[in-house]
Amino acid sequence: MENYSEKVMDHFMNPRNVGEIKDANGIGEVGNPRCGDIMKMYIKVKNNKIEDVKFLTFGCGAAVATSSMITELIKGKTLEEALDISNRQVAEALNGLPPVKMHCSNLAEQAVKAAIEDYKKKNEK
Amino acid sequence: MYYFDNSATTKIDKEVLDEMMPYLTEKFGNASTIYSLGIESRTAILNGREKVAKALGCSSKEIYFTSSGTESDNWALKGVAFANKDKGKHIITTAIEHHAILHTCEYLEKQGFEITYLPVKENGIIDIEVLKKEIREDTILISIMTANNEIGSIQPIAEIGKIAKEKGIYFHTDAVQAVGNMNIDVNESNIDLLSFSGHKINGPKGIGVLYIREGVNIDNLLHGGGQERRKRASTENVASIVGIGKAVEIATKNIGKKSEYLINLREKCIKGILDKIPDTIVNGDREKRLPGNVNVCFKYIEGESLLLHLDKLGICASSGSACTSGELNPSHVLLAIGLPHEIAHGSLRISIGKNNTEEEIDYILSVLPDIVQKLRDMSPLYIKNK
Repeated sequence: MENYSEKVMDHFMNPRNVGEIKDANGIGEVGNPRCGDIMKMYIKVKNNKIEDVKFLTFGCGAAVATSSMITELIKGKTLEEALDISNRQVAEALNGLPPVKMHCSNLAEQAVKAAIEDYKKKNEK
Repeated sequence: MYYFDNSATTKIDKEVLDEMMPYLTEKFGNASTIYSLGIESRTAILNGREKVAKALGCSSKEIYFTSSGTESDNWALKGVAFANKDKGKHIITTAIEHHAILHTCEYLEKQGFEITYLPVKENGIIDIEVLKKEIREDTILISIMTANNEIGSIQPIAEIGKIAKEKGIYFHTDAVQAVGNMNIDVNESNIDLLSFSGHKINGPKGIGVLYIREGVNIDNLLHGGGQERRKRASTENVASIVGIGKAVEIATKNIGKKSEYLINLREKCIKGILDKIPDTIVNGDREKRLPGNVNVCFKYIEGESLLLHLDKLGICASSGSACTSGELNPSHVLLAIGLPHEIAHGSLRISIGKNNTEEEIDYILSVLPDIVQKLRDMSPLYIKNK
């Protein structure tokens, strides 16, 4: 097994933006309890910008750390900028992830995309 | 450091290391030589073999030293399968064996053998009636572990041995977790082959034992020199043979007292966890269980996260979650006892050893509830069910 970077451990031990947003206007949930990870991303969008973001995660150290990191990366960004953030960028921002844990960063990216999609669907009209 | 992973490995006893040291330094002779230095090594091996034989209740000529529990398991299965393939090609084992058995069985399946994997009940113990029904004319070997490494459940090996003997089938047991934790007598339990290793009983790593009852038809696994009565080639690991001999002698002496001590700590730990942490499941049988084994599942959380938090506090433990093994599924043992995947991911094994103290149990009990709650508070499964 490969070790986690210090940055991963920091985000795991002190995750940023944990919780729910009661008046979120976009919510995305991805993952599967069978596989051992679920991420739920709440976003509050105003004027096309992600004003606030919070997450809940059931999963391993990498799942928690990538959730935490991606919330930092997308906060204050426009929806287009947030959609542009790739799982690779999340992993890089954490100074890397062990190869077997790369799917966790994928999940974080998907959770953000799902939340933005949910927002767009609700605001189509 | 708070070391609660004694089923993974144990700290070597000082007494054991002290007896080994001369054979790692000045007494380095090859045991196959005729000069005095070699004779010293031969004598040391002889003593080690006698100590192991005494612990298992067998003759010392039935003890073979290997490099590990894994090698012993490989040898027992492949050796018996290949030597007896003209008699039959059917082997019975269980769904909860260690991978040293399961993956060897998968290999044997590719070689044309048929393997029956017995299910276990919710408590992690096989149903003897199911075993009886699965025995066929062409069954050549039954391999069932004495005690499980994850959930600690103890199998009825004496009953299994009796059935195997009546049917004329060889009985192998992987006793890696059991030796030193419970009394084992290979004759009373009609065991034909038994594996164990040094490092689980406060001895050195890199040494194992395979007990082979005299007369058992078994092929060699390693071919080469004439060591181990021509059955297992390789220059003897003298220091580790001395070490495993001493370790097994210490581990089996006062076994009753030691297991009583461990059971006390185990029950305190289980009770404390259940009292302090709701939505917790105890895995394995509550009575027929290794003295030092605690295995629980905390609903709504994942095991690796739990281990990382414990590690930050200096606590070493283990989990059957997928993320701790690098696999996609949680432990095959937890699935075999009927746990759903999402619950199996939240398992914690605390394996207590003789060096642990009551104060250490108090410590883990004092920090565990907050860690579990912290992880639950960020778990969407918990928030949903709250």
